[in-house]
Amino acid sequence: MIGITSYGAYIPLHRLSRAEICKAWGENPLPGEKAVANYDEDSITMAVAASRDCIKGVDPYTIDGLYFASTTSPYREKQSTPIVAGALDLRRDIFAADFSNSLRSGTEAVRAAIDAINGDSAKSVLVCAADVRLGFPHGDKELNCGDGAGALLLGNTGVIANLEGTYTVTDEIIDVWRSDKDIFVRSWEERFGREEGYTKVVSETVSSALKKYNLTAKDFSKAVFYAPDARTLNIAARKLGFDLKTQVQDPLYSVVGNTGTALSFMLLVAALEEAKPRDRILWVSYGDGCDVYILRVTKEIENVRDRRGIKGHLESKRMLPSYQKYLRWREIIPVEPPARPPLEQPSVPALWRDRKGGLALYGVRCKRCGNPQYPAQRVCVKCQAKDEFEDYRFANNKGVVFTFSQDNLAVAMDPPSSCAAIDFEGGGRIMCDITDRDPQEVKVGMPVEMTFRKLHYVGNFYNYWWKCQPIRC
Amino acid sequence: MESIKDKVAIVGMGCTKFGENWEMSPTDLIVEAAYEAYEDAGIQPEDVQAAWFGTLWTAEAGVLLAQALKLQYKPVTRVENFCATGSDAFRNACYAVAAGVYDVVLALGMEKLKDFGYSGLPNNKLAVTNTQRDRTITPPSQYAMMATRYFAKYDLSPEEGKKLLAQIAVKNHHNGTLTPKAHFQVDVTLEQVINAPIIAWPLGLFDCCGVSDGAAAAIITRTDMAKKFRPDPVYVKALQICTGPIEGFLSTEYDYTHVEETYRCGLAAYAEAGIKNPRKEISLAQVHDCFTITELTIYEDLQFSPRGRAREDIEAGTFNLGGKLPVNSDGGLKCFGHPVGATGLRQMYEDYKQLQGKAGLRQIKNPKLALTHNFGGVPGAAVISTLIVGL
Repeated sequence: MIGITSYGAYIPLHRLSRAEICKAWGENPLPGEKAVANYDEDSITMAVAASRDCIKGVDPYTIDGLYFASTTSPYREKQSTPIVAGALDLRRDIFAADFSNSLRSGTEAVRAAIDAINGDSAKSVLVCAADVRLGFPHGDKELNCGDGAGALLLGNTGVIANLEGTYTVTDEIIDVWRSDKDIFVRSWEERFGREEGYTKVVSETVSSALKKYNLTAKDFSKAVFYAPDARTLNIAARKLGFDLKTQVQDPLYSVVGNTGTALSFMLLVAALEEAKPRDRILWVSYGDGCDVYILRVTKEIENVRDRRGIKGHLESKRMLPSYQKYLRWREIIPVEPPARPPLEQPSVPALWRDRKGGLALYGVRCKRCGNPQYPAQRVCVKCQAKDEFEDYRFANNKGVVFTFSQDNLAVAMDPPSSCAAIDFEGGGRIMCDITDRDPQEVKVGMPVEMTFRKLHYVGNFYNYWWKCQPIRC
Repeated sequence: MESIKDKVAIVGMGCTKFGENWEMSPTDLIVEAAYEAYEDAGIQPEDVQAAWFGTLWTAEAGVLLAQALKLQYKPVTRVENFCATGSDAFRNACYAVAAGVYDVVLALGMEKLKDFGYSGLPNNKLAVTNTQRDRTITPPSQYAMMATRYFAKYDLSPEEGKKLLAQIAVKNHHNGTLTPKAHFQVDVTLEQVINAPIIAWPLGLFDCCGVSDGAAAAIITRTDMAKKFRPDPVYVKALQICTGPIEGFLSTEYDYTHVEETYRCGLAAYAEAGIKNPRKEISLAQVHDCFTITELTIYEDLQFSPRGRAREDIEAGTFNLGGKLPVNSDGGLKCFGHPVGATGLRQMYEDYKQLQGKAGLRQIKNPKLALTHNFGGVPGAAVISTLIVGL
């Protein structure tokens, strides 16, 4: 039977307390915190992180399709999925597509993946969703929106949650939107959106789905709803007959915030982390309509318990020291330009040649002396053998800091710039930045892992590469 | 393979004041250094048969040198080899003379850094075929990685390590006070150095050399002709460049507490000059103290100090002006300044003046052999020059 075969999630390390935002505006503190992507993270890098969590232990070459869903793709014209696919080292002959423009685009992508598998055009499809949505400064969406990503692998072998049913309603309404000229999320009067949008459409879709599959609210161990906020969620869930305390998945608003397209994925992952075999889960997402999925957990779920998922990433966090840091990282306010030379524009052909090394973090290993090296060489640094190499991927290898520095002169969004020579388990050294670090914690010998990040934006395109980070969790 | 030893000689040198020479253009710097060298050699501009021009960022090709000096349709070659640019311009000029192709040539290095508008060095112009997939890093940080590792390897606490490095800055600052053409001519205390703002941990402001404008020049001729120009020419004993295969970036074998290129370049230079015991035989050295940690590791790589024991020599004052082997007698890059393309020739200017006994307040007693060392690139991926001259 078709269903979910693995899950993964990503929550950025940094959190901003809502009290800190309120303090900056001279207002009374509000409770909770939101997850904030680091300056070098975006929807693509977070989708890569969640996907790597999801396909841990899975041979990437067995994946036949990749869908990336986000309303905050870094490009208007140019697909993001190939970048994600490149970083994940997926095959070239996959079907890949961006799904966008709706917070429901993630579950729409899941529907497309299911149809592809049912139609026998793919055996295994990875769907990832990520968002970094911006609310207007001093607005409720700035307080509510958080950043994050989720990923689901779909297929029909090793299924951890069988798909028992789907139901979709498409609905035209201008309740929450960003036009092509907007940076910040806008919404119409809250009451209109809640009553005529979310509550009405979700109720209609879920009721229709339950009727179609001859189920009632009591048949579900868990109901996972995307909703713009807790109040709206509670109204809709109660109306549909779900018990808020025992059945409705906690929406993470107080600890992560509304992660947009990613939220329905992240909430499902949180539910699956707690699920037992035979649990039935209702999964509901909303945005220009509503998608409903009915899932039944299998005993295979025990095979994916080692994912970092929501629980692992939630526990591992660092508070942002100030609201100003958030404004800086999201480039919401201009700051004085540094008195340093401007960054050079990368050569696009050079990036293209480096797609395997730069995106999937492939180096080579010398077949004569066994020495791994990055980037790929033509002549071995150790034994000088020419062209006697095999591909060698560093992305999933752990390493230690051999030496490092903290650079106060370099132009950095989060100074000082921490740079290191990383020596890898199994050999090889990579010189790279250290991200998501507390400068004080960096020491010679510190264990690190590799993480895919946004390096620069020069010449109006993004340059992605890898950095190391202290082992996250 | 023949040696360059005693085949060519320096018969004239010039050097501008180094510093933030806001009022001087690149042309001004070139003219000042070249005409001092002409005068010192007792030659006329038309006597120069060929020229080698070292600059990393300020000019392309050799045209600026010809235009500034109005060289009359002579061959000019621009040389660029990172921070070893000036030394390599000198080296190539020497080879042309040794080959017998020219009798009198000019080697001139110049850099005009203070027109760029910021502290630190400009970017390298290597962007054309570059992915820019690299660390967010500046030179101080590249060298700080060596200090971090040196402290770890020799079990120095940050306080001990910083104090050790600070002594090098204090020495070079003191030497700068005795050098009228130096960029910085002010003494600093250990406490000032240790407590200065951090540029790249553990390196503070005074662990980093000056970013300066300047130019320096040499007139080179064959040894058999040298005494026609002056009674006290300085003879070339060794000219070595060592370019590493970027092993330190790729291999876990590189230890970040030494620089293999410096070690090997030193070995080659000592062999060429016939030096058996560098610590005893070399009278003075101008080495590439772009950062204090660089000078410390150079002591060990050039075998002035045993491996891991530079500390003992630093604390004993071995490298001070009155010590057994004075290093950076003119203040070094730290205080004389570091206009990149000019630095190798500025170091040679100091060795030349010292060997001739014309170094004023900082004169060393009876020097016989003097060394210059440049560090281009960064630890792990270096271009090193080691030149030796003597009487």
